Amino acid sequence: MIAVELFKLVRRLRTWLTIGLICALPLVVAIFIAVTHLAPPPGQGSAFLSAVLNEGQLYPAAALALVLPVFLPVAVAVVAGESIAGEASAGTLRYLLARPVGRTRLLVAKLVAVTTFTLIAVIAVAVTSYAAGVLILGPSRAAAVGVAPGTSGAIAPGAGGAPTAGLQSGAAITSLSGAPLTFLELIERVLGAMAFITVSMLGVAAIALFLSTLTDSALGAALGALAALVASEVLVTLGAASAVQPYLPTRYWLAWIDFFRQPIFWPDIQRGFAIQAVYVLVFLAAGWANFATKDVTT
Amino acid sequence: MITTANLTKRFGHVAAVREVSLDVREGDRYGLLGPNGSGKSTLVRMLLGLVYATSGSISVLGEPVPRHVGRVLPEIGAMIEEPAAYPHLSGRANLRLLDAAGPHGSRRTRRRRVDEALEQVGLAGIDGRPVRAYSLGMRQRLGLAAALVRRPRLLILDEPTNGLDPRGIKDIRNLLTGLNGDGVTIFLSSHLLPEVSALCTRIGVLDAGQLVLQDQLADLEQPTGRVLISTEDPERAVAALDGLVERREGADLVVRSTDPAALNALLVAAGVPVRSLAAQRRSLEEIVLDVTGAGSDQFSGNAGPS
Repeated sequence: MIAVELFKLVRRLRTWLTIGLICALPLVVAIFIAVTHLAPPPGQGSAFLSAVLNEGQLYPAAALALVLPVFLPVAVAVVAGESIAGEASAGTLRYLLARPVGRTRLLVAKLVAVTTFTLIAVIAVAVTSYAAGVLILGPSRAAAVGVAPGTSGAIAPGAGGAPTAGLQSGAAITSLSGAPLTFLELIERVLGAMAFITVSMLGVAAIALFLSTLTDSALGAALGALAALVASEVLVTLGAASAVQPYLPTRYWLAWIDFFRQPIFWPDIQRGFAIQAVYVLVFLAAGWANFATKDVTT
Repeated sequence: MITTANLTKRFGHVAAVREVSLDVREGDRYGLLGPNGSGKSTLVRMLLGLVYATSGSISVLGEPVPRHVGRVLPEIGAMIEEPAAYPHLSGRANLRLLDAAGPHGSRRTRRRRVDEALEQVGLAGIDGRPVRAYSLGMRQRLGLAAALVRRPRLLILDEPTNGLDPRGIKDIRNLLTGLNGDGVTIFLSSHLLPEVSALCTRIGVLDAGQLVLQDQLADLEQPTGRVLISTEDPERAVAALDGLVERREGADLVVRSTDPAALNALLVAAGVPVRSLAAQRRSLEEIVLDVTGAGSDQFSGNAGPS
């Protein structure tokens, strides 16, 4: 059944279109930066973007930061939200179950397919953006950025107050530039960040999969999961909600940036993994409990 | 093959199926009749473990359902309401995919089984076109092929001839009769009386969730003890039959008798030219309308004496 789900995933044009679009955004950004030599100043804009002109090889990290807030969660929510609801509304669910495919088995196969999709997307972003970083931005741009008009003035204050262990996305870059990484370390860190982001997306996938067992509308399930994320984002920035913040799904989403500190700053990364594991387990269990006892009337 | 005991399904306050005790025997061509909304689909879904019963029990191929539904489903080919397929894949790819999804679909024989099933339903010549480009009739045939890929012992078909043209309907009827001859038990639900009347040996009638009739079709269609005669000389016929004539409408007579041959001999002896003469049987339509309540006007078709 798992092979069947993977076959359905890779034979679907939408899968590759989505991944292509996710990869396209960092490419477009890279081209703009390369052409204008105007990276956002440190502490502003998306994480790592200010550093990529100095270090093109760091671009995978910047690219992941670009697609993480919206593109990736949307794509994952759509794929996961469709998994059961899409089959239900197309009528193929009843034929799969009558084949017979066990309901638990089907759910597991769907989860594997969504995980595979997430991994492919994250890897595709990392690989294309690494290529873009080296080819378009290039590792030898350091000289150029030093004299780039308008940016040199902005660097000084940002660099001055930065090296805190806090979570502001911009802060990590300065601490990184303070202690350079070897190429092997960089690969290690990028892989760690990719794993963390994939697991974060599995939290989204679990919520969408659960909703997908509740409704026959794939769109409804996907939007429901995104609504949960937006709500979480709102609460994460709300001081009054500080009591619940450690348990919100998006609270530690940016903790992967800590992989790029020297040495790696583990506490938030560990908390992030733990909270996503809890979300995945809870929502999968809820989805399973609902799906296994549900009347399939579509 | 299929037995249910006091099977009931409620959705909220609505009882979709009430106290149904179905009895489908090995080798049957069983037709479940009922207007739309009478609970046919819910009943079929319960037999396949898709919908869970509120009360009552189900046994299919000797196993309790839904508890051991996984054991019996590999031997069942099913079509549940409309056929469904992945629209971006070809018909062949769909069948292979569905076969690969469940257990017991040997990979070694898959290609052959798929091709055979396609041939059985008259789709042997399909190319790589995606299912989205198929006509309604082709989809219906593909759905039937999907039910046949596993070479089932029992076919459970919901409206199998839906969307087919008269030729397609005849093809499918011949196919099902042939499969039945090879030992496949067939359980189909339909609201098309002529279809059921032409194909089935046993019928059940569902009305508002209740099984109001279940019997051999041949027994239900027993002669009524009347003979219908059409003649060019009704006056002389009435005289010759002397008091047996129950009703007369123009040249058509309804005569009380259980022996059409004797009547014929009598008329011929009297020199009456007989145009046609046949024992009257109750039509399936009359049988069904008799046992179903108001609102059964959704039955379509008009099964004449056959």
